[in-house]
Amino acid sequence: MGAVEKSRKDVLPAGSWDYASSLEGRDIVSFEERYGLFIGGEQVSPRSRSWFTTVSPSTEEPLAEVAQAGAKDVALAVGAAQEAFAPWSSWRPAERAKVLFRIARILQERARELAVAESLDGGKPIKESRDVDLPLAAAHFFYYAGWADKLEYAFPGRRPRPIGVAAQIVPWNFPLLMLAWKIAPALACGNTVVLKPAETTPLTALLFADVCRQAEVPPGVVNIVTGDGSTGAHLVRSEGIGKVAFTGSTEVGKAIQRELAGRDISLTLELGGKAANIVFEDCALDQAVEGIVNGIYFNQGHVCCAGSRLLVQESIHDQLVRKLKRRMSTLRVGDPLDKNTDVGAINSKAQLDRITELVQAGTDEGAELYQPPCRLPEKGWWFAPTVFTNVAQSHRIAQEEIFGPVLSVLTFRTPDEAVEKANNTMYGLSAGIWTEKGSRILWMADRLRAGVVWGNTFNRFDPASPFGGYKESGFGREGGRHGLEAYLRFE
Amino acid sequence: MTGRRLAVRKTYKLFIGGAFPRSESGRTLELEGYNVARASRKDAREAVVAARKAFGGWSAATAYNRGQVLYRLAETMETRAGAFAAACTGRREVARAIDRVVWYAGWADKLAQVLGSANPVAGPYFNFTIPEPTGVVAIVAPTEPALDGLVARLAPAVVGGNAVVVLASDDHPLAAIELAEAVATSDVPGGVVNVLTGLRSELAPVLAAHMDVNAIDVTGADGDVAALEVLAAENVKRVVRAREDRSPWEIASFMELKTVWHPIGR
Repeated sequence: MGAVEKSRKDVLPAGSWDYASSLEGRDIVSFEERYGLFIGGEQVSPRSRSWFTTVSPSTEEPLAEVAQAGAKDVALAVGAAQEAFAPWSSWRPAERAKVLFRIARILQERARELAVAESLDGGKPIKESRDVDLPLAAAHFFYYAGWADKLEYAFPGRRPRPIGVAAQIVPWNFPLLMLAWKIAPALACGNTVVLKPAETTPLTALLFADVCRQAEVPPGVVNIVTGDGSTGAHLVRSEGIGKVAFTGSTEVGKAIQRELAGRDISLTLELGGKAANIVFEDCALDQAVEGIVNGIYFNQGHVCCAGSRLLVQESIHDQLVRKLKRRMSTLRVGDPLDKNTDVGAINSKAQLDRITELVQAGTDEGAELYQPPCRLPEKGWWFAPTVFTNVAQSHRIAQEEIFGPVLSVLTFRTPDEAVEKANNTMYGLSAGIWTEKGSRILWMADRLRAGVVWGNTFNRFDPASPFGGYKESGFGREGGRHGLEAYLRFE
Repeated sequence: MTGRRLAVRKTYKLFIGGAFPRSESGRTLELEGYNVARASRKDAREAVVAARKAFGGWSAATAYNRGQVLYRLAETMETRAGAFAAACTGRREVARAIDRVVWYAGWADKLAQVLGSANPVAGPYFNFTIPEPTGVVAIVAPTEPALDGLVARLAPAVVGGNAVVVLASDDHPLAAIELAEAVATSDVPGGVVNVLTGLRSELAPVLAAHMDVNAIDVTGADGDVAALEVLAAENVKRVVRAREDRSPWEIASFMELKTVWHPIGR
């Protein structure tokens, strides 16, 4: 990995140009020194009297102190949500819709502030938080707002009712967007929520508490408890919840499923993935290269549906890898607040260690590593975009979710072999297909055991489009009409 | 010589991969006047293998074809109505079960329209969602009613394209084997429906823990359902319970949803 230490200037030919930095101003967001828990419409100090510091992964600078919610705090939050449920669920649905519409509008109005906060706390490039996370989060509220007073049309022959208190646990890769995916349908269906943001990215959820204040969300309808995994465990074990929605690792998802055994609690899980991005020889090659790069380096590869296994038809392997490496060399890694940045900081030290360990395993098992020359900042947590060739299906880097900017390249000869290899995983979240032959796209899409299949595109999301996994990638769908089902019971 | 004719009794065996084997363990249980096969853990695993093998073909069959095959099952059940009546609570239950199969048969080619959708995404993409079968489904059949209770769980799972392994009622296993014979003489491909008789307390945990079973229906599980759910979590199995008597949403509980995107352009 010596190459990554060299500076860009050392490797670019003499006289070539480089970008001038274009920093997004961070003055637009001001964090409080300390954030309590958001319970019953107020910020309250934790009964646990315990706090932790959230830091910026790109600079390691402390951003704010955040409450570590203990069992009592979680119980208070669930109690507030229970108390708020009866009045909220009997609001006229059209009025409930208006609350969600307001939230959508406020997210649009405060988009820049929230985008900067997201990039500071999570390390993702401002380009992505500005153009993907925020617009999609607002769109999600807008979409589900419209459902609130139309639920009886969503499920023919059934009478939908809200469930009660939804316990929601979201990951650190798309903190505010995942919050929106969870809270918007829950509120639209008349539930109240207790949401636990990820330990490393609590700030946009805490800013969202202020959005709730502005939108006049009734106290207790949205409660936010920050903390580590133990807070999530308290939440899942709580009496008084009727629903658990979790997005995160398959390992934790299984633990939650076990924990809820024997309890009549509705559960949806959106877990890990090891998506195959399948490239046929007749594809539009340059477009495919863009799709591959977007598929694995978008959000530093911290994406459960990332296209982390590239399956290339053997005949174009060398040509494609050449083009891919050239394209990787133009990726700009660095300050998340720089508008030129393509790849930001790794979200945490723990995640960086996991990526480093798996990449080492890739090298040890005999795969061939390539990283484009790029200079990584001194402070913070970083990992250069990485591609492995000569990867075998049995390699850990072809089986385990790395959740980082690391691509494994495998080859196939026939469409049948591509299907076989693509499905050879315990996961089944997403897949990509690149070919100019329409009938082959549909033939492949039919056979891939995955919840989302992208043909000649990758990593597209929309509130109207259901998202979720097959097999050990979880169950239940988020988004679209189907996403309502997780938050309703039927009489 | 008395002149009295002795009845030719049926041997009630298991139904695995389209064949009727005895339990590999050689064990039987005396139930309802017969020596019924007592399936072993190994039989259960064999049944999963048979179901997995059959899943590809059955799930790839056209919806129209699956509907016809299920309707054919109703036909073969009707001709055995007498045998069924003797194995359950009587003619009324048999009629209910047969009509239920006909009802679900008709759903095969309507499911995608009711459960699926075209999704209006904000961009130049064609985007649609379709239901697909989840794979191999284990069904712990309700103890009673022995026939219609089983059919109510089996039909929605099978019509969607799943392959199933049924654990028959502990106390009334004959109806399940009669049903297996109707299945065997219909056009349902071998392995799509597999029936195990024996002790559910012994077999259900094997299927709940099996890594190649995608979903388990615990509607009929009378023992420790929580223990089954703990085992099911090991491969994130879908744990299904009956919610409604007859409904496309019962079929949906055995289905995955797949969303496909493609750009629109010149």
